[in-house]
Amino acid sequence: MIKEFGSYLLFLRAMFGNPVPWRMFWARVSRECLQVGIDSLFIVCIISVFIGGATCIQLASQLKSPFIGKDFIGLAVRNMTVSELAPTVIGIVFTGKIGSSMASELGSMRISEQIDALEIMGVNAHNYLVFPKIIATVCMYPLLVVIAMFLSIYGGFLSCKFLTSISPQLYVSGLRSAFDFYDIQVALYKALVYGFLIASIACYKGFHTRGGALDVGQSSTDAVTNSCIALLVADLFLVYVLFSHRI
Amino acid sequence: MIAFHAISKSFQNKVVLDQVSSVFETGKISLVIGSSGTGKSLLLKCLLGLVMPDHGNVLFDGRDLLHGNKLIRTEIRKEVGMLFQGGALFDSKNIEENVRFPLDVLTTMSPIEKGNRVNQCLEQVGLPEVHKKMPNELSGGMKKRAAIARAIVTRPKYLFCDEPNSGLDPQTALKIDELIAKITYDSQTTTVIVTHDMNTILSLGDFILFLQQGQKAWEGSSQTILKTDDPALQDFLFVGKFKELLMR
Repeated sequence: MIKEFGSYLLFLRAMFGNPVPWRMFWARVSRECLQVGIDSLFIVCIISVFIGGATCIQLASQLKSPFIGKDFIGLAVRNMTVSELAPTVIGIVFTGKIGSSMASELGSMRISEQIDALEIMGVNAHNYLVFPKIIATVCMYPLLVVIAMFLSIYGGFLSCKFLTSISPQLYVSGLRSAFDFYDIQVALYKALVYGFLIASIACYKGFHTRGGALDVGQSSTDAVTNSCIALLVADLFLVYVLFSHRI
Repeated sequence: MIAFHAISKSFQNKVVLDQVSSVFETGKISLVIGSSGTGKSLLLKCLLGLVMPDHGNVLFDGRDLLHGNKLIRTEIRKEVGMLFQGGALFDSKNIEENVRFPLDVLTTMSPIEKGNRVNQCLEQVGLPEVHKKMPNELSGGMKKRAAIARAIVTRPKYLFCDEPNSGLDPQTALKIDELIAKITYDSQTTTVIVTHDMNTILSLGDFILFLQQGQKAWEGSSQTILKTDDPALQDFLFVGKFKELLMR
């Protein structure tokens, strides 16, 4: 495992040597941004609205105490969404979609000798193929998380309006109470770290694919599994560090 | 000229290449032949620096690729063209972009000059009307031709081909051979081909290096190969019906 981690660090370091021309590099970054951002938007939107809606209904069904006001549901949906559901749950879905796609793309390029072809031409394949994916994911994932936050909260609002007896006004009043911008900041820090982890692990697994089509599938699976584990470990670590002053 | 000396490579204590040395002359086609698993493709990768050998050195016109400094390696890489077994065209780019790619990376040519050079190369390989097609829209032979166009677009001094005829029908294979021969003799490139295609061996082998179990077992040319008395090479060349015909 230590050897694997060392190899991962060397893989990351290799991105910075012998860069390709800037114009080609940024063209690649733009293409990756579109692929990572636009292609994931639909699934992120759908999941966010439904998660927000379902969270709201569950809270409404469990909130029996007469000492807690119904406006608490809005506050709870907001905090759950901002702190965990938007960055972490969407991160796991994102890993399944974008992480596996990155790993299989690079794995296919490796087994069909396209990466060797780049290296023969003197192109630093790490810099040309991997770095743009990491930059694109680190840039686009926080944006997706922000969209997911809004849509999850809106999903909760729609649930209140159409599926529960809680008035939307109470829900909105709950949303506005006890708001701390630091929670949003933490969610964005998480999104940056998750974006980096998802892209770098997926690229590492894809880049080191050996063998044939079956191995590409295996790399893709490994990429998703390892990214999910890394994501959850990072979540615990970040939450502990960033909220240490509150506990 | 490419000269390599005592190239050795092992994987987990299994020796795959063992002290292989030879010289590939400029303006000639050199073939590396041998049964499957004898280390031909690995030798090619070692010569290109894609795989670092455990021992040995590779000199491209006197410049050491493996132990030279980064500038020398970059300089040599710019002078190398490579035709991969499966073509290795980039799936996400069309044929024009594939062929233009080395020019974008390695040269400072203007877009018009690049366009002209791409057209010239695609015409040279007999593919004048496939510019906007994606690699998956081409047949195996067309992919190989497009890959040759990409390999020669920078006018390389050294051309490496890994089994250029594999998976092709005999007629297309012959055309690919003729194309490689024309490029080599017209441009005076040092061409190295890994193959076990008998037609290629007999028609293109200005120099032939035969590998057996990772070692150099024989070297000669297409004129001398059929007269060989090396039993391993005879076993490699004369098999099945071909052997029966010769025996008669």
